[in-house]
Amino acid sequence: MQGESLTFIFLNAAVINNFVLAMFLGICPFLGVSGKLKTAASMGAATTFVIVMSSACAYALNYLLVSFQLEFLRLISYIVVIASAVQLVEMAMKKFSPALFHALGIYLPLITTNCAVLGVALFQTSRSYDLTQSLAFSSGAGAGFTLALVLMAGLREKMELSDVPAVASGTVMTLMLAGVLSLAFMGFAGLGGH
Amino acid sequence: MDGKQQTPATMDAFLQQLWKENPVFVTLLGMCPVLAVTSTATNAIAMGISTTFVLICSNAFVSALHKVIPKQVRIASYIVIIATFVTMVDYILQAVSPTIYAALGAFIQLIVVNCIILGRAEAFASKNKVVPSIVSGAGSGIGFTVALFLLGSVREVLGMGTLFGVHLFGPSFQPWLVMILPPGGFFVLGTWLLGFAWWKQRAARRAALLEETVNAR
Repeated sequence: MQGESLTFIFLNAAVINNFVLAMFLGICPFLGVSGKLKTAASMGAATTFVIVMSSACAYALNYLLVSFQLEFLRLISYIVVIASAVQLVEMAMKKFSPALFHALGIYLPLITTNCAVLGVALFQTSRSYDLTQSLAFSSGAGAGFTLALVLMAGLREKMELSDVPAVASGTVMTLMLAGVLSLAFMGFAGLGGH
Repeated sequence: MDGKQQTPATMDAFLQQLWKENPVFVTLLGMCPVLAVTSTATNAIAMGISTTFVLICSNAFVSALHKVIPKQVRIASYIVIIATFVTMVDYILQAVSPTIYAALGAFIQLIVVNCIILGRAEAFASKNKVVPSIVSGAGSGIGFTVALFLLGSVREVLGMGTLFGVHLFGPSFQPWLVMILPPGGFFVLGTWLLGFAWWKQRAARRAALLEETVNAR
């Protein structure tokens, strides 16, 4: 996988293979926190930060694990690293922006169990990206996650005003919207020349 | 699983997880694998069984150890327990069926972050004895598998015209390709939820109507 340009890796993770809409990683917060535009944007930013940080840590950790031939501990050590990164973000947010901290509520600690975070760490390992590639990949994934979340929140805010049959309201409508959005993102498929 | 010789209480726990609180259709937990690996029925079943195994084992362990684990570090300990079993499943599947392993890809390792498992550990296993925890784990695991199968079979039949790889229609069948692509996952899940919501609404309306006629007399 050497030789892929950094721009391509970033774009690939952000739009072509969008983490939420094409790879189905991070669906829980995508359905849960996409009700309001403002919380969606800050959730996206917090998740991006965790993704980039844990990706850098995971890179260093993988280097260590491989040199000691302890690859079977990869999953456990990654998840511990991610949990600590989330804890850090949580403490920082509580100190600097208590309002946002309360708005995100339970979804903030749940970033730990966001598949997108662990997914990035696992994919960069299996594709054997080097450090800069990993960083491009993780920031692309974070940007893609934020993009999907913000788009979805915008759509859902508009949907509030429309007259949906009671039986189809709520999650059903959200899923259908997500499907349409995902259909639209398939249009990016040819972007990288693949 | 071993629900037969249980007291009715644990049987209830099993059925409640399996149907009334089905992790996918009712509580909407663990959506990522639900949408990602259900492009064929075989993948769906394999994913369901792997998740069920992890659920049962981690539930048993958590409920056996919950008195020993200090409250402050319980989430981290649960995650480590879960990650251990997922690593086991990962290696077992790699040895048993390389084709399925390749098809599921990273999603086997991503079972670690499936909210259902941590949710059951925190909400049920950490407060109950070993046997009820195992039964409840089996219930939500099987409920999860059923939901995955419902999704996977619809997507495979519509998207490829096959079920478990067996062709159902003649050669003139034109596959509805979008169903096995990502948008299809959202659409099929949405349709299932729509169906369940409609069914529930109809049942509620009937109950209300029945009550009205009884009251009128």
